[in-house]
Amino acid sequence: MFHYTLRRLAFAIPTLLFISVILFLLLDLAPGDPTASLPLTIPLEVREKIRLSLGLGEPIHIRYAFWLKQFFVNEPLHLISSLTGFDVSGERLRVISWQSRSPVVDIVLERMPQTLWVVGLSYVVGILIAVPVGIVSAWRSNGWFDQIGTFVSMVGFSVPTFFSGVLLIVIFSVHLGWFPSIYDTTHRVTDLGSFFHQIRQMVLPVSVLALYNAAQISRFMRASTLDNLHLDYVRTARAKGMPERRVLLVHVLRNSLGPVVTVIALGVPGIFGGAIITEQVFKVNGLGHLLITAIQANDLPMVQTLTFIFAVLIILFNLVADLLLGILDPRIRYG
Amino acid sequence: MTGTLLEVRGLRTVFRTREKTVHAVNSVSFDLHEGEVLGVVGESGSGKSVTMMSLLGLLPSPPADIVEGTVTFDGRDLLSMDTAELRRICGAEIGFVFQNPMTSLNPVLTIGHQLMEPMRHHLGLSARAARSRAREFLDLVGIPDAGRRLNDHPHQFSGGMCQRVMIAMALSCTPRILIADEPTTALDVTIQAQILDLVASLRERFGMAIVWISHDLGVVADIADRVLVMYGGRIVETAPADDLFRRPRHPYTRALLETVPAAHRCGRGRLATIPGQTPTLVEAPRCCSFAPRCTIAITRCREEVPPAISLPGHREAACFLAGQHNDP
Repeated sequence: MFHYTLRRLAFAIPTLLFISVILFLLLDLAPGDPTASLPLTIPLEVREKIRLSLGLGEPIHIRYAFWLKQFFVNEPLHLISSLTGFDVSGERLRVISWQSRSPVVDIVLERMPQTLWVVGLSYVVGILIAVPVGIVSAWRSNGWFDQIGTFVSMVGFSVPTFFSGVLLIVIFSVHLGWFPSIYDTTHRVTDLGSFFHQIRQMVLPVSVLALYNAAQISRFMRASTLDNLHLDYVRTARAKGMPERRVLLVHVLRNSLGPVVTVIALGVPGIFGGAIITEQVFKVNGLGHLLITAIQANDLPMVQTLTFIFAVLIILFNLVADLLLGILDPRIRYG
Repeated sequence: MTGTLLEVRGLRTVFRTREKTVHAVNSVSFDLHEGEVLGVVGESGSGKSVTMMSLLGLLPSPPADIVEGTVTFDGRDLLSMDTAELRRICGAEIGFVFQNPMTSLNPVLTIGHQLMEPMRHHLGLSARAARSRAREFLDLVGIPDAGRRLNDHPHQFSGGMCQRVMIAMALSCTPRILIADEPTTALDVTIQAQILDLVASLRERFGMAIVWISHDLGVVADIADRVLVMYGGRIVETAPADDLFRRPRHPYTRALLETVPAAHRCGRGRLATIPGQTPTLVEAPRCCSFAPRCTIAITRCREEVPPAISLPGHREAACFLAGQHNDP
């Protein structure tokens, strides 16, 4: 399995290079001008100079080579410098955001915690709801629990988060006043009171996203459990006299978890991508929010770097999904 | 013959689907005595497996529904028990071996885990004790290097070995009854013979009663003390094995025996068949279900269901003509 992992990682390098070329070309071909949002009073010659100062005067392959060097050589060196305290990076140029003139990676690291807390937690909550619901729905398929579960997940799946989010705000923030409607990213947890405030402001965005995630994953869990429930080995477990609980939670679950774990692992990069719409609704200052503002401002280095990080995560979690499946199912052999 | 271990009376099982109701088992009654080997034969769809699975609530419900009947095991009524009570008997006092050994074992759990499960659950053994007992049983069913094979998964075993594991699992709590549902059908002939020998030797050792379901008359003739012949969800004939094969009394049994190809008759024309189709069972029987294919059927056969008639020599046959009609 170790060799398999190494080989997959080695294969990932050309894949990622190819993806970065495509991303670079697409962003370059897309219409838009980084100076477009500047005041109209700036004369054309000055705008041209600004463009040249951003490096837009160079041909595209030179710009791509610069980006490669900055992202793969300079950034890691800066990271090592800041972690160890030894100055190995010197004056090397980092990937700089066109909007804020600060290094892209620093901004990303700054925004990461909000997204991971809100979107990540909602994913975990969603999984914790979805797995038991899926199992019980399949076990008593077409019973009342399954009917209700199917209805709720259809609603959760088909109602967009910009609707359910606003609906929850109207009910719980405006009418009942239980939870704040805006997520305050500057809030610091220092004592018990501020901790409770943090919990309260997370409730709404987390429940909106958790419902959405749970709806999706519980359907997978139900289908996968249902597939296994009528197989011969389940009958054997019953004939051995195992209690129904054990039949479900040991025999069926171990088998039905495989496909669901794949779906869950492939969904993890999406957490880092943030939930663009939900982050907008609740004003969570996360990565999704960062990406959408960067696109609006034609901040190409930011968009390029963010989308490339997503690509890395997708490839990484594809590998994780495959490895997890191999752990769950002994019949899978890596060669 | 010693006491009756299992007594089935008037068992009726139907499968309800949205479009139709299939009457799979129709008023089946039989006894199983302690230590005897009861063969159950009949063609596919005659209700052999469904009857046995009905006894222990192993059929998925819905669609399966046990409409009426009583099943008394050791003085207790199995059909009135709830699932939890029934599961205390399954595996502990009644062992089950199924037809497809390769799919009947859980693919993601080790052989050892699956083998130890019933011992730990029913006998309350510790992990260490269960493991050594599992090794013993694996050894007993003839799997070499048993200690190491406990850590293997089912896909590392061949079909015959899986069936040996299934047998070890069914016997691990020394049940009083072993129900074997076509255990050799999915295996090739040499493995079949090995499994038969194995079961025969295990029976000598543990002395349990065996219900051996098969559509292979040769196998049943080999090991059974007594044979039930099923057709269309009913038992059409019951007799001690030797008598049944020597002098079948029901026309279906007779026809079935004629279809068995014999070595000394080979090369003389085509194999014998029973003309006609098996009944579809979409309605409860109102006449003898074999009547349409029977060569000696009389008008009465098409008007009422023939009851089981007791015949001399501890045998029964559900045929109006069984009493009068002597050897063919």
